Amino acid sequence: MRRLSLGLTWVLVAGGLAACSSGASVPGIREGAPPRAAAAPPATTPADPAARYRVTLAPSPLTPEQQIVHVLDRLGYGPRPGEVERVRAAGLTAWIERQLEPGRIPDGAVERALAVFPVLPLTAAELHRDYPQPRPQDVQRFQGGQMTREEMREVFPPERRPAVITAQLQAAKLTRAVLSERQLQEVMVDFWLNHFNVYAQKGPVRWMVPDYERQALRPHALGRFRDLVAATAQHPAMLYFLDNWLSTREDFTLPPARGGRKLGLNENYARELMELHTLGVDGGYTQGDVVEVARCFTGWTIDRPQEGGGFLFRPNTHDRGEKRVLGTVIPAGGGQGDGLAVIDLLVRHPSTARFISSKLVRRFVSDEPPPALVERAARTFRAADGDIRAVLVTIFSAPEFLSAAAHHAKVKTPLEVVASAARVLGARLDSPADTATPGRAAVAGGGAVLARQVAALGEPLYEAQPPTGHPDVADAWVSAGALLSRMNFALALAHNRLPGARVDLAPLLESVDRRQPAQVLERLFAVVLRGQVSSDTRRVLIAQLESPEIVRATADDRGPRNTDVEKLTALVLGSPEFQRR
Amino acid sequence: MHGCTRRAFMKGGALSLLGVGAGLGGVPRFLVRAAHARETGPRAKVLIAVFQRGAVDGLSMVVPHGDPEYYAARGGNAIPRPAPDNADSTLDLDGFFGLHPALAPMRPLWDARRLAVVHACGSPDTTRSHFDAQDYMESGTPGVKSTADGWLARGLQSTSRPGASPFRAVAIGPRLPRALRGEAGAVAMNSIADFDVKSDAGPVMPGAVNARRGFESLYEGGVRDLFYGTGRETFEAVKMLRNASPQGLAPAHGAQYPRGRFGESLRQIAQLIRADVGLEVAFADTGGWDTHAAQGAERGQLANRLTDFAQGLAALDRDLGDRMADVVVLTMSEFGRTVRENGNRGTDHGHATAMLVLGGPVRGGKVHGRWPGLRRDQLFEGRDLAVTTDFRDLFTEVAQRHLAIPAEAPLFPGFAAKSGGYPGELV
Repeated sequence: MRRLSLGLTWVLVAGGLAACSSGASVPGIREGAPPRAAAAPPATTPADPAARYRVTLAPSPLTPEQQIVHVLDRLGYGPRPGEVERVRAAGLTAWIERQLEPGRIPDGAVERALAVFPVLPLTAAELHRDYPQPRPQDVQRFQGGQMTREEMREVFPPERRPAVITAQLQAAKLTRAVLSERQLQEVMVDFWLNHFNVYAQKGPVRWMVPDYERQALRPHALGRFRDLVAATAQHPAMLYFLDNWLSTREDFTLPPARGGRKLGLNENYARELMELHTLGVDGGYTQGDVVEVARCFTGWTIDRPQEGGGFLFRPNTHDRGEKRVLGTVIPAGGGQGDGLAVIDLLVRHPSTARFISSKLVRRFVSDEPPPALVERAARTFRAADGDIRAVLVTIFSAPEFLSAAAHHAKVKTPLEVVASAARVLGARLDSPADTATPGRAAVAGGGAVLARQVAALGEPLYEAQPPTGHPDVADAWVSAGALLSRMNFALALAHNRLPGARVDLAPLLESVDRRQPAQVLERLFAVVLRGQVSSDTRRVLIAQLESPEIVRATADDRGPRNTDVEKLTALVLGSPEFQRR
Repeated sequence: MHGCTRRAFMKGGALSLLGVGAGLGGVPRFLVRAAHARETGPRAKVLIAVFQRGAVDGLSMVVPHGDPEYYAARGGNAIPRPAPDNADSTLDLDGFFGLHPALAPMRPLWDARRLAVVHACGSPDTTRSHFDAQDYMESGTPGVKSTADGWLARGLQSTSRPGASPFRAVAIGPRLPRALRGEAGAVAMNSIADFDVKSDAGPVMPGAVNARRGFESLYEGGVRDLFYGTGRETFEAVKMLRNASPQGLAPAHGAQYPRGRFGESLRQIAQLIRADVGLEVAFADTGGWDTHAAQGAERGQLANRLTDFAQGLAALDRDLGDRMADVVVLTMSEFGRTVRENGNRGTDHGHATAMLVLGGPVRGGKVHGRWPGLRRDQLFEGRDLAVTTDFRDLFTEVAQRHLAIPAEAPLFPGFAAKSGGYPGELV
């Protein structure tokens, strides 16, 4: 949003969009003017004078408290202790507008917490240097018994093994989800990481992923969609994961010195670029388009992928002929520009606007996106030339967003349930050094222990193998085994059995008489579920209190009738209500 | 079918089927023994569905070495012609087809006529999207995305009865696959060992909350939505599993499962079968088949995947021993791969592939299906192996004959399985 930063204010009012009949115009943007330079006077008094994106929340049947919790659950990973009150004081609209500009939110705590993960700022080349693969001769000697385990540890120390890269990334992701004030930014980074999924376990991808997230996704998470597509298209992680780095013009033959073998097209990236990244599977492309797009991207490769090299365009492997993509002729001789032309064509295609909008509405509103809202969001997407924040403003301002139908309609993903539980209990995440067991320092700590829980719930971070990423609708991740894993996670967290993620229930139960189990339960409903408890759950848990098992029958060092608060907390965390957002 | 319909077979009952055998002019009734066993044996039949996600290259898995076009089209990915003295060559089956050498562990099943192959099998839908094609194969409605449930769930629903085991249908993995989603209910589990509420490890303090009972009560109430429905199934299953304790059953008969997720899945499915928890349908995934680059021929990436696949299935067969009389394994994959090698010694998304059916009830030792040929003019869209057997014909045959799913059950809505249907060469 470089031009908008020149002090211009851009107003997008969802209600106006709903009434707007032209697919190409948006209130606040003059016809004929380049959309991103358009300006209009603010329609309402800004909640935050410095904010550049105006959100106008629609009238909602939800109570003000429900609205706050809903927004904290949807734009972030749920409330932390005291946060609902803080948002109420600041104003919900202002809080959302600030979230749209994460650069203006100080986030020192998370920055300090992330400093313990050395892989994060490193380039792929630096990661290859610091976390190298074991030397083949060492592996051979180890497997052949000529090298002891201890000797192997010496030449190939556990804290410098490649697996550490993924482990630290996972831990950092949980750390950010739990601690960052820039909640929407983290949600969107996760959204795009899944949308432009790469599988860390494929070949050298793991050494490329920290840079992929840092350079290709994070800076554009709330930026322009085109920048995301262009950045991922040129990133070694994507070029490798979807094989485009190998794709050459059909008639290319390696020089005799390199084997003289004939190479040719690889369709993998071209297909997924259209199916998964832009148009969507029903977006109107054909097998012929797949081949033509693949031709356009020939020559987009990686300079020494096994050593951490970057993007490279090889003119001699590029197909210089004319191509025809979705009916548009891409003239011969365009070179590297062919791929950029395809990206421009795809990101401005109406199917892309609809597909991306529908995924965003599914993330923020409902597993079954309301078609009218998708249509309005898609219109914004096109009018604002893929400005992601503009689309989000349309969604957040929509009546559908704060509707009764949307309230608690989403089931938390494994990442969401783990992060929100840690947040709601105010869990403290130890740094790896605090919880280190010898030799495993790099993968210990609160973030790492929570990341392992996310994996146990079925969605290991950075390790979704298919190019689709993890599924984005709930019926894919609610299963018997996953439900038990959620209950076991709740028990482990509430009982402080996750080393490094420390929970202290005392502040949450302040001024509650622990000898009165009903009081404890009411407090937990208030703190953990924000009072959003069904009559069934309330009845069942109150009935549990009647059972002689619920309170310690005999006097112990905590006094007579001391309520089993850890288990009660676990039951509330594992309740159906907490699985939803 | 020469005037003899499937319905007539069904009416005639199992014993008349037994009389049919191979005698009916080459009618491939490969599940005749199933019909017999169903009437005599008390134990439930089990179907194990194995999904090779990512689109396995059927032309490398079951090699058409007798097709004159195969070696010309395949280039470096071609599996060498059968040569008795070369362990890295195609294992000939019938003079035309052969198994990839990495499938050697399954060769004894073929020799014992307990392994059948259906080649050129696939979906009538032409999508080359992994996601859509897997979805269609599991929902059982190619081209229709709105189908809410899966074909296996519909089959189970048609034979559901009160008091049925919560373990009628089990998927090994964190998620319930699309094929098993539906009213019938099914359990997904990462592992048997983890399938319980883990209470405190220490001694139970007097007065401690019973967490399992608490969660159970929480999920047994409520309306039947995603959670409550899943929750109820979950706790029934937990109870049953605790009594049966299948995790203690070590692999029998010296079976050795390969390390890794697939072998682990099959090992646990075998435990559930041996522990008699009422399993009827099991589902296991195996990944890594999307070989766009460096696919390899007799050795390499695909060969490694096939080794894991074959060792797993062979170990299952060995582990289950006599129990295999009640078990059919059906393998499937969303589509096949291009006939021609691509520019990177790999193959891109294609159309038809090969599916395997193995187990005691299978009348194996035969490659079924009409071979469409590999000449360019014989290929689908000039590039892919054509589909000559609709996967729904094959799946219908297995479901009806092995699991006794009634013919009127809506296994594949909008699709009439060919009369006497399996697998196409009948008509």
